[in-house]
Amino acid sequence: MKALQNLFDKLKPNFEKGGKWEKFHTLYEGHRTIAFAPDLTTKAKGAQIKDAVDLKRVMITVVIAMIPALLFGVLNVGYQHFLATGQEATVMDKALFGAMAVLPTLIVSYAVGLLTEFTFCVIRNHPISEGYLVSGMLIALVMPPFIPLWQVALATIFAVVIGKEVFGGTGMNILNVAMTARAFLYFAYPAQISGDQVWTYLSDATAVDGFSGATALSVAYNAGVDGTHSVVEALSTHNAGIGGDYSFMNLFMGWVPGSIGETSTLMALIGAVILIGTGVASWKIIVSGFAGAYIMGFVMNLFAVNEYMAMPPQYHWVMGGLAFGIVFMATDPVSAAQTETGKWIYGLLIGVLTVIIRVTNPAYPEGIMLAVLFMNVFAPLIDYYVVKANKTRRLQRATV
Amino acid sequence: MERFSKAHSSKTDMSKIVKLKKGFDINMAGKAKQELADFAPAQTFAIKPTDFIGLQRPKVLVNEGDTVKAGTPILIDKALDQVIYAAPVSGKVVEIKRGDRRKLLEVKILADATITHEQFAAVDLASLDRDALAATLAASGTWPNIIQRPYGIVANPADTPKSIFISAFDTNPLAPDYAFTLKGQEKYLQAGIEALAKLTSGKVHLNVDGSKAVPAIFSDLKGAQMNKFSGPHPAGNVGVQIHHLDPINKGDIAWTVSPVGLAQIGKFILEGVFDASRIIAVTGSELTTAAYVKTYSGACVSTFVKGNLNSGHVRVISGNVLTGEKIALEGFLGFYSSQITVIPEGDYEEFLGWIKPTASKLSFSRALGIFSFLNKGEFKVDTNAHGEERPFVVSGVFEKVLPMDILPTYLFKAIVTEDFDEMEELGLYEIIEEDVALCEFVDPSKNDLQELVRSGIELLMYS
Repeated sequence: MKALQNLFDKLKPNFEKGGKWEKFHTLYEGHRTIAFAPDLTTKAKGAQIKDAVDLKRVMITVVIAMIPALLFGVLNVGYQHFLATGQEATVMDKALFGAMAVLPTLIVSYAVGLLTEFTFCVIRNHPISEGYLVSGMLIALVMPPFIPLWQVALATIFAVVIGKEVFGGTGMNILNVAMTARAFLYFAYPAQISGDQVWTYLSDATAVDGFSGATALSVAYNAGVDGTHSVVEALSTHNAGIGGDYSFMNLFMGWVPGSIGETSTLMALIGAVILIGTGVASWKIIVSGFAGAYIMGFVMNLFAVNEYMAMPPQYHWVMGGLAFGIVFMATDPVSAAQTETGKWIYGLLIGVLTVIIRVTNPAYPEGIMLAVLFMNVFAPLIDYYVVKANKTRRLQRATV
Repeated sequence: MERFSKAHSSKTDMSKIVKLKKGFDINMAGKAKQELADFAPAQTFAIKPTDFIGLQRPKVLVNEGDTVKAGTPILIDKALDQVIYAAPVSGKVVEIKRGDRRKLLEVKILADATITHEQFAAVDLASLDRDALAATLAASGTWPNIIQRPYGIVANPADTPKSIFISAFDTNPLAPDYAFTLKGQEKYLQAGIEALAKLTSGKVHLNVDGSKAVPAIFSDLKGAQMNKFSGPHPAGNVGVQIHHLDPINKGDIAWTVSPVGLAQIGKFILEGVFDASRIIAVTGSELTTAAYVKTYSGACVSTFVKGNLNSGHVRVISGNVLTGEKIALEGFLGFYSSQITVIPEGDYEEFLGWIKPTASKLSFSRALGIFSFLNKGEFKVDTNAHGEERPFVVSGVFEKVLPMDILPTYLFKAIVTEDFDEMEELGLYEIIEEDVALCEFVDPSKNDLQELVRSGIELLMYS
């Protein structure tokens, strides 16, 4: 390691004031601090010792928590392909096929995002922040498996620049960066990110008879409109002929079409266990998010006028990206509510809104994306009232 | 049952029991053994105006070469000139050290072999009225022990505080045990409380550690309301205690005194001398002998540290690791410090140190690879910052270590944006640096929150 340290030391003068790459000083520091935790010490006054945790460790914890979802996503992309084309395939085949689909998206997301981030750091002379470690992974995981890479790149640039850097960088953004990327694509290029055709890649093979690429959410929505079958029946018979039905178990495990990382509720829950266990994400947001979806699903049951409204509420937990969104997107500490009371309200409303959008809105089968973005915008308002209550308590105390 | 509670009501009516949950006890290596070590006595002593927060325009009253007694006025604050800052020991003024723009840094005194004191008349509390008592104490050298809240500055003798608070225990890392350091000073503590009771229109609160038996030196004190606080650090912080007993609102003034200061005041009342002697804890993982030593405030610490080190590259801290101040190996103990801490300097790079699993690094968090929560032993902690400064990202961490109904993140942001109304409304009157020291420690974004809080307080004070 001494050699690497020496290399950094040798390069250092170039990046110092007056050096030829002075402008890129922040990139030098950024890379050196990734290789080596810095030799910074505490100041002469104040806390003389500091906690071993820093933002890099916090962010990498979130990335680790997403790895089960990523690995499952890779496998599932392959599984869906071979299911749709009716070919026999080993787990290895599926994983390889999936990796071919997922890795380019992941690489583009990280490469383009980091490049954008570095550019801003150099221009604005900011230290490189760790936030994009998480955003880069998230952007890839919320994309359909075979989305054109130029769209991934465009969405990433939009999200990093408009979603984050214009506000001042990591820690200052109002909207969740990855959701911003997805929403951008959703409204700019809906053909590649919605409908029945984009979730399963057929390559040059043809789909077997009886295959439909519709997601569980659109199956459920259509069952509601047709009113011929109950939603549960429609889900469990969907693609049943080729062994790819949308039973509760399959939905929970994630063996269904969808965005790369979002299909498996189980993997999201494993992520949740990691995030809550390490204390990195707010358990309040996660618990209240799931509770909100269930409660709203239950309320829909009470006033059901169609089959979708009558669907057992627990199905909302396992369909679409609700679990993934609540665990990894809603808990983004920067764009979420920041007060402890606010977190309960914020999470609950995300769950509630997701179900309302899903069930009542024909244009947007998936509600979690808009629910998270909507609540990102409202989080400061929730906090405003929580903070105001705190101030009022202090004022009332004074008059007693 | 009812009878039982009634029988105790006269006592419990008076005192409060507060159990705190939030906070964090830092278990560090290098605890002081409860015995007096035979270190060579300190030779030089210093008064540092920088110890006294809010001391605006210090004026030195002595010249280099003057001989002084313990209790001789050394400097005053031209903005509050009835309060004198006195020599802790008798001897010769050897140096008046100034820094940039002639800022007064230290007045150094070379101590006599036997300390002689300025002799004042003992104070008869019954015959003095409040203002006369305040004036007497202000001129005694003991007054700077009285700290005003809000702001954490030396109190103004002209004010009458709504109450006075004494935290009788210190929950900071490696903190001295007052039951040991103040043993035998019961009568001074008692006299101190009687004096303080005259200075306030309200009560004197004596807050003790509720998690164990009250030490004998405090249990028999009369004239103060005894409250019990239990929980992790900062349960021993007087600011936290005030918040739960009689919180400070805009316009309120409360005073705080440490037990060491209380004994000093009491001794002046009874004997008419300014006795700056104190037993300090000499602590830290880098010391061969960590124990207590009897010295005077402002002592040069080198005789306690040199020859007592088990490693070379260390930081000497006057005070504890959360709120203390880095001093040189020949540096001086602060006026308010009853402790020095010696820990390793952390100016090293560590390969992939931000991701490497570890159980030996102290952390409040359980993020990836941090297994210190499994490690119940003592931690050897160095001064490495473990990361660079970042904007606030993670939420909810500060709240876990500040046992007050205050929203720290919003308060910090209000200070950053210099929003005066928000600072007031969010509770800046209730906190000083030490109250956010744990926030600063746990902050993954490594912001200097104590400095920030002081800058906010200065905004409120001076504008």
